[in-house]
Amino acid sequence: MNVMTKPGSFATLHNWLINEDFTSTRQARLHTFYVAWLNLLANPLAFCGFLVVLGLIAVAALAPMIATHDSYAQDLAFALQPISAQHWFGTDEFGRDVFSRLVYGSRTTLYISILVTVVVAPIGFVIGATAGYLGGWVDIVLMRITDIFLSFPSLVLALAFSASLGPGIENAVIAIALTVWPPIARLARAETLTFRNADFVVAAELQGAGMGRILLRHIVPLCAPSIIVRLTLNMSSIILTAAGLGFLGLGAQPPMAEWGAMAASGRQYLLDAWWLTTIPGIAILTVSLAFNLLGDGLRDILDPRNG
Amino acid sequence: MSMINVERLAVSYGKGQQQVRIVNDVSFAVEKGEAFGLVGESGCGKSTILGALAGRNQQWTGRIEIDGEQIGQKRSHGQLAKQQMVFQDPFGSIHPRHTIGRTLLEPLEIHDKDRRQKRVEKALTDVGLPLNFRYRYPHQLSGGQRQRVAIARALILEPRILLLDEPTSALDVSIQAEILNLLKDLREREGLTYILVSHDLAVVAHLCDRVAVMQEGGFVEVATKQQLLDGTVTHPYTRVLMDGSRGYVTSSRNA
Repeated sequence: MNVMTKPGSFATLHNWLINEDFTSTRQARLHTFYVAWLNLLANPLAFCGFLVVLGLIAVAALAPMIATHDSYAQDLAFALQPISAQHWFGTDEFGRDVFSRLVYGSRTTLYISILVTVVVAPIGFVIGATAGYLGGWVDIVLMRITDIFLSFPSLVLALAFSASLGPGIENAVIAIALTVWPPIARLARAETLTFRNADFVVAAELQGAGMGRILLRHIVPLCAPSIIVRLTLNMSSIILTAAGLGFLGLGAQPPMAEWGAMAASGRQYLLDAWWLTTIPGIAILTVSLAFNLLGDGLRDILDPRNG
Repeated sequence: MSMINVERLAVSYGKGQQQVRIVNDVSFAVEKGEAFGLVGESGCGKSTILGALAGRNQQWTGRIEIDGEQIGQKRSHGQLAKQQMVFQDPFGSIHPRHTIGRTLLEPLEIHDKDRRQKRVEKALTDVGLPLNFRYRYPHQLSGGQRQRVAIARALILEPRILLLDEPTSALDVSIQAEILNLLKDLREREGLTYILVSHDLAVVAHLCDRVAVMQEGGFVEVATKQQLLDGTVTHPYTRVLMDGSRGYVTSSRNA
């Protein structure tokens, strides 16, 4: 690192963060984050992915400020307008501004993918880690249930669930979560098995630590990196499944802006108005790709076997 | 009154058809403040006895008394704190993602002890590590330093007994001597009782007052330190073990 060229206060901060002779727990923790950040900076592709994801979050958070039009305002006189200075990405069949709908659609996308992740991570971890830690018949029962969920084609399972629960975002989230947790549970089980009989876990047991403490305090910190990586890589498939459900009319319902549904409704006008399908398609592609790149980079950064 | 009293201890692994008995009807007593060695070749069951005493292996029969209290298969927190174990591999026995301070705090939280920071500082001082090591991660420490941390973690609950499972065999020869001397000092200072498992007679002779020689899950002889040093052991298997370690003993004397 080119410490010398940095201005004074930054160099001090950098030295304080990079120095391994810690004087407090906070410094030790910040050091870990700082080293991860430096690794992220050193990996250009992952950093690009990180920037795009950050951009997506910013756009979703600031949607009312960024959008140029009301995303629901219809104006049939201006239907299917091509790209122009007034409508940056043209208008759809009801004369709504595609750019504004794209901006608001990022909220839907982010909402679905974050909600699925938040639901799936603890469920997958608890099921997988419990199975791996306890072993025996608990392991057999939990893993066979996981196998049953894994043996369904995920989009068909999601389709069946959203069809039976009724279309809508919340049900789409439940349906997608049902298809996403089994691989997480498997991963958590495999990771738990590798640490199950490690001496540091046995030491904790001999000191009287209960199962909850061992799972939360000892297994979670070791499983977390690979689960985070897996979830980040999963983000793109969550987004694609959400878009697929939207495309089939089982996700977000009109007039709500959702990228998959936008691409679906533009399909009828594909020959006259290419921007209706292309623009949301590019958005889905970019965000999925960004999450994949970020996940790939995180794998290198967070993997405990690298530290 | 003896600190540890073991009668007709038998330990096995596995269930049903695949059950294998590792230790057969072993009886011994260890006095308070004594260091008792278990030696023997790989697979003779010495670590298994230690596992049963520590509470790691619960598939045992017989009678174990620790500090005058009979121990069952399930133990209370108080019974667990009476003896603590130091493992062979210092690279695998400390949580890689916890700082040393976290590792030492963990047992205190489990047992709900007070004055935690003071106890962590005392444990680090006792094993001869600087106080700022508590903010470090294990990967920043050498093997010998990690083994000191493992000893500190075992000592932090103020146990009466330390169970040492080949505590030096993963270490460099010069570091081995440091750790052995540390263990010796600690025993004198804190009045601890040791059970030391090793395949190295030199290590056992350095630390222990009495040594049980094991073969195929049973004791063949319990020899005193003096017998080992004088070479007046009776059982032929003990002689074989002594012959095996002689080369090491003489070369270390020359050095």
